[in-house]
Amino acid sequence: MKKASIEGREYIGINQIDGPLIMVKGIHNVGYNELAEVVDPTGKVRLGMVLETSSGAAVIQVFEGTLGLSIPETRVRFRGEPLTFGVGAEILGRVFNGLGAPIDGGPPPRADAVMDVNGLPINPTAREYPRKFIQTGISAIDGMNTLVRGQKLPIFSGTGLPHNKIVAQITRQAKIVGEETSFAVVFAAMGIKHDVAQYFIRNFEESGVLEKVVLFLNLADDPSVERLVTPRTALTAAEFLSFTMNMHVLVILTDMTNYCESLREISTIREEIPSRKGYPGYLYSDLSIIYERAGMIKGIEGSITQMPILTMPNDDISHPVPDLSGYITEGQIVLERELDQRNIYPPIAGLPSLSRLMKDGIGEGMTRDDHAHVASQLFAAYSRVKDVRALAAVIGEEELTPLDKVYLEFGERFERDFLSQREYEDRSIAETLDIGWKVISMLPKEELHRITEEELNKYYGS
Amino acid sequence: MLEIIGTVEKVVGPVVHARGIMKAKMLDLVEVGENHLIGEIVKLEGDWAAIQVYEDTTGLAPGSDIYSAGMPLSVELGPGLLGTIYDGVQRPLEAIRDTSDQYIRKGIHVTALDREKRWEFKPVMKAGTVLEGGEVIGTVQETRLIECRILAPPGAKGKVDRVADAGPYGVDDVVMRYDDPSGAAVEVKLHHRWPVRQQRPVKGRLPLKIPLITGQRVIDTLFPVAKGGTVVLPGGFGTGKTMTQHALSKWSDADIIVYIGCGERGNEMTDVLISFPELIDPRTGRPIMERTILIANTSNMPVAAREASIYTGITIAEYYRDQGYHVAIMADSTSRWAEALRELSGRMEEMPADEGFPAYLPTRLAEFYERAGMVETLCGSEGSISIVGSVSPPGGDFSEPVTQHTKRFVRCFWALDRQLANARHYPAISWLDSYSEYVDEVSDWWEENSGGEWAEFRQRIMDLLQQEGKLMQVVKLVGPDVLPDTQRIILETCTMFKNAFLQQNSFDQIDMYCTPEKQLKMLRVILDFYILGLENIKKGANIHQIKRMSVTSEIMRMKFTIANDELEKIDEIRDRLHRSMQQVEDMFE
Ligand SMILES: Nc1ncnc2c1ncn2[C@@H]1O[C@H](COP(=O)(O)OP(=O)(O)OP(=O)(O)O)[C@@H](O)[C@H]1O
Ligand SMILES: [Mg+2]
Repeated sequence: MKKASIEGREYIGINQIDGPLIMVKGIHNVGYNELAEVVDPTGKVRLGMVLETSSGAAVIQVFEGTLGLSIPETRVRFRGEPLTFGVGAEILGRVFNGLGAPIDGGPPPRADAVMDVNGLPINPTAREYPRKFIQTGISAIDGMNTLVRGQKLPIFSGTGLPHNKIVAQITRQAKIVGEETSFAVVFAAMGIKHDVAQYFIRNFEESGVLEKVVLFLNLADDPSVERLVTPRTALTAAEFLSFTMNMHVLVILTDMTNYCESLREISTIREEIPSRKGYPGYLYSDLSIIYERAGMIKGIEGSITQMPILTMPNDDISHPVPDLSGYITEGQIVLERELDQRNIYPPIAGLPSLSRLMKDGIGEGMTRDDHAHVASQLFAAYSRVKDVRALAAVIGEEELTPLDKVYLEFGERFERDFLSQREYEDRSIAETLDIGWKVISMLPKEELHRITEEELNKYYGS
Repeated sequence: MLEIIGTVEKVVGPVVHARGIMKAKMLDLVEVGENHLIGEIVKLEGDWAAIQVYEDTTGLAPGSDIYSAGMPLSVELGPGLLGTIYDGVQRPLEAIRDTSDQYIRKGIHVTALDREKRWEFKPVMKAGTVLEGGEVIGTVQETRLIECRILAPPGAKGKVDRVADAGPYGVDDVVMRYDDPSGAAVEVKLHHRWPVRQQRPVKGRLPLKIPLITGQRVIDTLFPVAKGGTVVLPGGFGTGKTMTQHALSKWSDADIIVYIGCGERGNEMTDVLISFPELIDPRTGRPIMERTILIANTSNMPVAAREASIYTGITIAEYYRDQGYHVAIMADSTSRWAEALRELSGRMEEMPADEGFPAYLPTRLAEFYERAGMVETLCGSEGSISIVGSVSPPGGDFSEPVTQHTKRFVRCFWALDRQLANARHYPAISWLDSYSEYVDEVSDWWEENSGGEWAEFRQRIMDLLQQEGKLMQVVKLVGPDVLPDTQRIILETCTMFKNAFLQQNSFDQIDMYCTPEKQLKMLRVILDFYILGLENIKKGANIHQIKRMSVTSEIMRMKFTIANDELEKIDEIRDRLHRSMQQVEDMFE
C-alpha cells in the first residue's frame, strides 16, 4: 500500500550517523519498517529501513552502509512501503545482491508481482504436513536423519568442516524416488567468501541446474547490514517459485552465523538490552520468521525445503546461534570435527543429529518397513559405542567385556561402512538400509531390543 | 464508530507509545491506526501510554489514531470452542483462512465463536430461582463427547425471571433473564466474555488426590502428576518436550485439553490438526479432537499475542473447569512466553533483571501456575486444571531464570536429559534428576485401584535406580567385571527396566499408550526378575546364567508385543520367568 501523498518528498540533511544507522528529524510521520532512500553527496541512492519512528523523527538502518554520508548533504526520501522484490519466472538463472538488484550485468527481470520481502506468517491451518521422503543418497542422512520435502533442516558445522561439499552433494543428488521433478534452488549467501560462492555456482553448472537456480549474493566484502535482508529477499523468491509457480524449491542459506552477527551489530548500536553473548533478546523471533518460511501449503503443489548452514563458533553447539536455530528448525545435521580429522566423509555426528520429520516420511510405501527400527537401533548401539570407548580409554581395551569389544568393532564398522562414503557416491535408500543391517548384524540378536522378531528373521545377518 | 482516545507518538516494533490518552484504563483493549490493529494498554503515565500491539506494526506511523474498544482483553466463552484452533488473542485461524489465503494478514476481525451456528439448548434452571453467578442455566451438546454447561456469568445475582425454552439458539441469543438486586433486568446470552488476565472465581480449593493418568510409564509410575497439579518440563532442543506434551494431550484422562503452542513451530500445530481428529480416545471411543482446544501463536506470529496466548488458554480452561470438568493445559513453550515478556519490556525501556528478563517475571509465572488446582466450582461441582509447562533453556542449561523461577511454583519436575535423547531413549525424562511431590497424594488412588502395590513397587525400583547410579560411577572407572554378581544383577535389572519399561515409543501403535494395569504388571515382572535373580545368585548361580534365559527377550519386548487388552500374556511371561528361574535354581539344589 503506497501512500501517494508522502512519496517523493525529500529531506535534505540528517541529524546523526552511528555505524549503519542514521537519524533524521523534522520530517513527516513515517511508517515503521518502511523503505527509505538515502542519497549520498555523490547522488548515489542507498536503501534503508525505518527501525524506529516517532513524531517527526526516524531511525534508519542503511543497508549499503553509511560510509561517505555526511550530516548536511545527505538527502532522504521515504517510499511509504516496505522493501519489496519483483518476482517473476525470469528470476530463474539470475544473480542478485541481497536487496534483490541484479548483479550479473543483465537487465532487471520482468516482474509479475512485487512482494514485501518480510513475508507474512503462514496460517497453521493452511499448512500441509510434510511427509515426502527426499533421497539425498547420503546414508547418514537418509538412513538416520531423513529429510522430507518442505522441511527446514540446518547443517551445524564448524570452520574448516566440509559443509559446502555436503550441501553440494545434496543438491546434486536430492530426488524423490519415483518422481521426475527436480528441485529449483534458491541460494542466499551471507558474508561468505567469493571462492565458496564460486564453488557452488560451479557445482550447479556441473549438474546442469544453473537455469533453475536463483542466487542472492552478499559476500564477505559486501555491506554487512545488507545481510539482514538477504535471506528475506531470497525467501520471497522461493515463495513465488513454490507457491505461485508450483516448483519444489530447495533454499540454501549460508552462513546464518554471519546473519546473526549483523543483527547483533545493529542491536548493540541501538543500545538494546542484550541477552546471551550480546545477541538481542529477539534473536529467536527474528530467526523463526526466516526459518518458518519453509513448508508446504494445502492445495498447492510446490514446496520450500530449507537447508541453512551455520558455523558453530568454537564448535560449541550451545552457542546462541546454533542453539536458537535448533529450537526452531525441524532437526539438525551436526558435523563433528573428530570424524573429519579421522578422514571420515561426511563427518555427520551420529548422536546429536536429528530429523524430526523423519517419523512421518519413512516406513512401508515410503522407504522400507524396517527403516524406523533399524535407525533407532543404530542410534542406540552407536550411543553404547561412545560409552564403551570412554570406558576403554580408562581401563584399556583388553579389560573390556567380550560384548563391549563387539560394540567397539561395531562402532568402527559403522563409521567406516555406513557413515562414510564418497563425495560422488549416490546410495539408494535400500542400499543404505542394507549396509545398516550389515553392521548391526555384528551385534548378537539379544542386543537388538528395538527391532521386532519378524524384522530380525527377515533381515538379520543378510 | 469507535471513540478516538489518543494518537500514536512512537512505534518501536510491537510496542506503541501513545499521547493524549485521557479516558483509558490499564489493560484496556484498543485499536491502533487505520488498519485497526488490536492492542492492549500496558502502561499509563499522565496522558502517555504504552500499548502492546497484537499484530505486525509495519507501516504504522506516528500521528495515527487510537480507538477504544471499551473493555479489557477478553475471550468469548460459550459452545463452539472445542475442536477450534485460535491464535494468541482468540482469533479463529480456520475462519481467518476462509477470509484470506494461506497467510495471516493484519487487521482481520473475525469473532471467536461462530455466530451462524445453532445449538440445541436444554434449560435446567427454573424461573423464580434465586440466582448466583456460575450456576448452570442449561446445557448444550457441544461435541458428541462434551456437554457444555451454560453458566450464569460469575458475579450475577438476582431472581430468575425467564429461562429460554428448549430449542436451537445462537451464541448471541438470550437464554435467561433475571432481575438484579436493584430490580434492573439483566439478559444472559449463550456465551459471555471474560477478561483473560483475571482469574475466574471458584467456591474453594480442594486437596489433590487423583492422578492424571497419562499412559506414559515414566510419568504415571515414577513421577506422577495429580489432577489439578503443575509440572515443569525443561529440556534443550529436540529432547522431547513437544512429543511429551502431544502424548499427554492424546492419552491423558483429562476431560478437556487446552494445547497452547506458544512461539513454537507451525508444522507442529498442523500435525495436531491432522492427527487429532483421527485418533480415537481409548476411554470414550471418540476422536480426541472433540475434547481439544488449540491456541497457536507460532514463533513467526506477532510477539505480543504470544505473551497473551497463555492467558487466553488458561481462561478457556477455567471456563470448562467451572462446568465441572478436569482440564489439562499444555503450554509449549513457556520460555517463548517469557521471551515475549522480555522483548516487550525491553521495548518499553524497563530496567532488566536476570538475563534481560523483567523483574516481574517470577510474579507473572506464579500467577499463571496458581490458576491450576482442584476446586469446588461456583455451581458446586468438582473441576480441575492441571498445567504442564515446557521450558526451553538456552544451551539446555537448567540454571537459567525461567527454569529456576518456574521450579519454585510447580511441584513436579520432569527433566529432559540430552544424553538420553541423543541415545534415542525416549521419553528422555531423567530418572535421577526428575521428581514429583504428588507421589504421596496419589498413592491412595493407586492403592485402591491396583491392589495396594504401586507405592511399594515404585519405591523398590527407585531404590534400584539410585543404586545403579552409584554403581555406574564405579563401572565407568573399572568396568563392570569387577562388581560382584549381587551388584551386577542390579545393573541388569536397571538396564532391563530402562529398555523394557521407561523407554516408550510414541510412534508404536501398541506402545504409545500404556494403561496403569499394564504398567503395574510390567513392573512386577521386572521386579521379579531382580528378586528371583538375586536369590539364585546368592545360591550360587552367576549373572550369565540369568542373562541367558530366553524369557528376558520376551520381557524386553512386552511393551510393544502385548496390547493393553491382553494383559494375561504378561502373566504368562511372568510364569515363564518363574519357571526359568526355577530351572537355574535347580542346578544348584
Ligand atoms: N516418546 C518419543 N517417542 C519417539 N520419539 C520421540 C519421543 N520423544 C521425542 N522423540 C523424538 O525426538 C524428536 C524431538 O522431540 P520434540 O520435538 O518433542 O523436542 P522438543 O523438546 O520439543 O524440541 P524443541 O525445543 O526444539 O521444540 C521428535 O521429533 C522425535 O523424533
Ligand atoms: Mg518442541
